[in-house]
Amino acid sequence: MLESGAIAAEPLIRVENLAKHFPVTRGLLIARTTGQVKAVDGISFTIGRQETLGLVGESGCGKTTTSRLLLRLERPTAGRVLLDGRDVHALTGADLSQYHTRVQAVFQDPWSSLNPRLRIRDTIAEALIVNRRVTRAGKLERVEEVLHQVGLPLAAASRYPHEFSGGQRQRIALASALASDPELIVLDEPVSALDVSIRAQIMNLLKDLQVRQQLSYLLVAHNLATVRYIAHRTAVMYLGRIVEHADTESLYRGPLHPYTKALFSAALPADPDAPREDMILSGEVPSPIDPPSGCHFHPRCPFAMEQCSRVAPALKAVASGHQVSCHLY
Amino acid sequence: MNTAAPVVLEVKDLHAYLFTRWGVVRAVDGLSFAIREGETLGLVGESGCGKTMTGLAVLRLLPEPAGRIVRGQVLLEGEDLVTKSEAEMRQVRGRRISMILQDPQTSLNPVFTIGDQVVEALRMLHGDGARALSHRAEEALRSVKVAAPEQRMRAYPHQMSGGMKQRVVGAIAVAGEPRVLIADEPTTALDVTIQLQYLTLLKEIQARTRLAMLFITHDFGIVARMCDRVAVMYAGRIVESGPTRALFRAPRHPYTEALMASVPRMEASVERLPSIEGQPPSLHDLPAGCRFAPRCGYADDRCRREYPPTLPVGPAHEAACWRVEPSPPSR
Repeated sequence: MLESGAIAAEPLIRVENLAKHFPVTRGLLIARTTGQVKAVDGISFTIGRQETLGLVGESGCGKTTTSRLLLRLERPTAGRVLLDGRDVHALTGADLSQYHTRVQAVFQDPWSSLNPRLRIRDTIAEALIVNRRVTRAGKLERVEEVLHQVGLPLAAASRYPHEFSGGQRQRIALASALASDPELIVLDEPVSALDVSIRAQIMNLLKDLQVRQQLSYLLVAHNLATVRYIAHRTAVMYLGRIVEHADTESLYRGPLHPYTKALFSAALPADPDAPREDMILSGEVPSPIDPPSGCHFHPRCPFAMEQCSRVAPALKAVASGHQVSCHLY
Repeated sequence: MNTAAPVVLEVKDLHAYLFTRWGVVRAVDGLSFAIREGETLGLVGESGCGKTMTGLAVLRLLPEPAGRIVRGQVLLEGEDLVTKSEAEMRQVRGRRISMILQDPQTSLNPVFTIGDQVVEALRMLHGDGARALSHRAEEALRSVKVAAPEQRMRAYPHQMSGGMKQRVVGAIAVAGEPRVLIADEPTTALDVTIQLQYLTLLKEIQARTRLAMLFITHDFGIVARMCDRVAVMYAGRIVESGPTRALFRAPRHPYTEALMASVPRMEASVERLPSIEGQPPSLHDLPAGCRFAPRCGYADDRCRREYPPTLPVGPAHEAACWRVEPSPPSR
């Protein structure tokens, strides 16, 4: 898999067999572990420089846990997250604070992600001071710079979060993520809490910033149209595993995994004349505490075969840049 | 769409305001629409445009004491609900008009079992004994495709998934065989595959009962799938309404057009989305003239001065914009 000049081609982020299991406990004083929630169960992917990887799936599929593992908000049960080839969960001291300047995050809810008691300039500068990137004198200059980058007036610096609308708050959250001049921003549902007419503004801003600031994004979202618009590559997760992973264009043109097909057919196109190929799945996503054997999707899959309940299919390449984990292929 | 079907719900020039310490919020500011038997009208708009307040005003459930219907009529099969007493309204809610809200978690009481809650709703409607009511409740759950209803009756809301809870809410809403169902973003809290199951269920219930449905949403995908007609709301008023296909094919109000263009598509790759700059006006400080004018690319002085009249632009299709060329109302 190494190409010639492999060192230069090393992606910014390489995730290898990453897993996160949460124990399920019973009892208050003498807690017994009665099971494991396999929130993330052995996934691998890479994110290149200036590339956006979209992670899609329904609630409970593990996409948010994956983003938290990248942000070091969780420790993996197994596997590694490599930033420029170095395991981020093994970093200490100066390397660790450098990691915090290089990787930033923007979350879904712009109402709860900003401290209501801090002026915008202090919220933004906090990221700078914590990460010791600038002197106090250089602080204000940098605040003005990032406010300009996200399209907010300089006067915003001395105001408080409640004075802004949802879209403007998301710009502020983005400004404080940008303050330390990061290389990767984890975007967890960055537009789903915003109004329809505001979403396009923020999505366009994200695209512009990616080019101007040479950013990589991990985009976690459930809205498939949003992911199509922003992500270069897309991975589909189901119960902690990646079931399909491809260039966004080829994935959306020709989804292969039965779950991806069902997921895509459930997204309603904004067109009353669009052909309807409903593939209504029976039942709901099973509990990740005791996921089905073999392929996790087999109890709901209309194409399930005998071996699907026994053998978990491996993720294999079926075309250039298109991987799918299904016994049909 | 069957134009011969009788109109079940008609809202005429409805004004519902909130009187707050900071001023009057004109949440619903002169709204008119009608829904026929078996028909679904989509009420589309962004948060704060007044679409939820419209649903609450129809049921006379505006937040007390700030909310008041100032003017207008809500005609349910010809009877005006605005002039009814609270006691009379209690005979209307759940029996003749029901509502499903966005979050099933807040619609169900966490300390009672599902069975208790469905039975309680049914007790208001039927004078049956406990055993008969419990049997009816099981039937109601079965009708919304809750699996193993006899077991689910004993479950508490937290033991069920969001989709299942929303089905229970649906069962309670249609138990009284209402003529009108107001669905306020009923699938926003659900995953996409579960959303499709739920929308399909609502369609089936409607086909069976000939319900008139008011579907409040901000999702054009849901509108395209569910609605016969659409009304687009902006800052307390309907700016455009018409048959779903006509509105999607040829939106006539600049807001509708811009909003539709700014939504990314599942089925096509777009290099750059046109976005609507600025944000909707606040409902207690509305601009004079057209409320969309500050964000509209076509706005001129007249738009900023005077609110445009609502003009016919096609069969059953109207828009409130100074730029539209009126066409003969019908042919």
